[in-house]
Amino acid sequence: MRIGVVCPYSWDVPGGVQFHVRDLAEHLTRLGHEVSVLAPSDDETPLPSYVVSAGRAVPVPYNGSVARLNFGFLSAARVRRWVHEGDFDVLHIHEPATPSLALLACWAAQGPIVATFHTSNPRSRAMIAAYPILQPALEKISARIAVSEYARRTLVEHLGGDAVTIPNGVDVGFFADAEPKPEWQGGPDGHTIGFIGRIDEPRKGLPVLMKALPAILEAAPGTRLLVAGRGDEQEAVAQLPRALRESVEFLGMVSDEDKARLLRSVDLYVAPNTGGESFGIILVEAMSAGAPVLASDLDAFEQVLDGGAAGELFPVEQADALAARAVDLLADPARRADLRKRGTRHVRRFDWSTVGADILAVYETVADGAASVAPDERTGLRARFGLARD
Amino acid sequence: MPTLTTVIWIVVALLLVGVYLSWTAGRLDRLHARIDAAKAALDATLLRRASIAQELATAGVLDPAASMVLYQAAHGARQAEEDQREVAESELSQALRAVFAESAQLEVVRAAPGGHETAAELGAAVRRVPMARRFHNDAVRAARALRRHRTVRWFRLAGHAASPLAFEMDDEPPPVLADRGHPAED
Repeated sequence: MRIGVVCPYSWDVPGGVQFHVRDLAEHLTRLGHEVSVLAPSDDETPLPSYVVSAGRAVPVPYNGSVARLNFGFLSAARVRRWVHEGDFDVLHIHEPATPSLALLACWAAQGPIVATFHTSNPRSRAMIAAYPILQPALEKISARIAVSEYARRTLVEHLGGDAVTIPNGVDVGFFADAEPKPEWQGGPDGHTIGFIGRIDEPRKGLPVLMKALPAILEAAPGTRLLVAGRGDEQEAVAQLPRALRESVEFLGMVSDEDKARLLRSVDLYVAPNTGGESFGIILVEAMSAGAPVLASDLDAFEQVLDGGAAGELFPVEQADALAARAVDLLADPARRADLRKRGTRHVRRFDWSTVGADILAVYETVADGAASVAPDERTGLRARFGLARD
Repeated sequence: MPTLTTVIWIVVALLLVGVYLSWTAGRLDRLHARIDAAKAALDATLLRRASIAQELATAGVLDPAASMVLYQAAHGARQAEEDQREVAESELSQALRAVFAESAQLEVVRAAPGGHETAAELGAAVRRVPMARRFHNDAVRAARALRRHRTVRWFRLAGHAASPLAFEMDDEPPPVLADRGHPAED
């Protein structure tokens, strides 16, 4: 199959959607499909052979933050050329409801189009105002995919219609086979707790974990908290009593390999996020590595953790509850072993072999018997009234 | 010459209305084409499911009672008239759920020669039916929403095309076949 994938966000900036597109493209290529990815990127960034640059994304304030977007005449022309030259059997666009490359691709192409909705943003003013313009473009999408039941609900509420739920994929084997690192493992004199995420992004929830830490250390002395992620380390520990600060180790930004090794090593992985998550790929990665998971009870997390069967949940932003659960878990090796076992079983549905098969099933459903993707040659007025010359 | 300006304005307005109508008709046309494609895809997945079920029923790997139930439902689904189809396909879903209520039954199928492939095909077929149906009904909903628009109604842009209907059926797959946590099914 010839598959065209449109990634709306800059290839040179790491992010969940970019990783998903990269893994999907590589998975499909391994299965023998021809994949081409159109993504914004700086001209200097080296790109993998399957990525075609759509030009540099321009930073614009949108929806309360600065988004890097592609729009305008030149981008539209590049999208059109890519669609024309690619001659794809199916076009897979990501995040079509944001003003970006994906929307342009949707506008410029016709034929079997599959769209994945990643975020579950609250409905923005711009979206309401643009609805009459957005709707004709979204009408062209033959199949919609939502990454979680939660994302699907918001999609149905905001845009109507329906979608199938296919979760984000994870290379389970990569995490399951990682080598634990002895200095990150707990020992007789104390357990280790892991946290991965931006330190200075409050929605990732590190402040909640910091608030819970004194109670955890009181009940389980010797416990160490390992934090991997970018941000100001001094500011992160500012709330902690000075004596407790050395229980927190900052690892900075870690490579994919070290991330897997960290998750393999820790006795407990804590995800105290306070919102803004529509999936929770890190929980799947932690479970793949066999780490027992304790997470806040966000809708998306609850779903990824199978309603609490594959990992423990605590009420969001409740540091006391987080501390109590963490202390219980650290003191109960049998419960942790049980969580490891359930987690390992549960993540199979998120492995690329399963997720990739489901996505391919969607491609085949929309592409079977349909013509391939082509640029949308809008029929002009003349043609409609039979006046066109050919 | 105020009359000339007025005439020019009227012509411009009419032209704009014309462009808008033409564009809306194009949208509707595309939606109808999308429904046709989705309908064909749904038809193909339903037929595929019924064929595998019938194949399984006549293969002699299931017990006679289960074979008869499955055969009857699969046969009914394949032969159903258009207006009876939703009911017949729902009955096939129910029959499949009843036959594969326990995972032991699936093990029996897998143990037969070539059974692994058949079980995998059946699993793929029952999972694709809800998928294709959702895509179809999504297209129907979009077309109906546009057809309700007053521009489309006043100018009869939909022409004589019949109002599209959603395909409503019970498409719940048997839990043992839908469980993506099972390692051996793909």
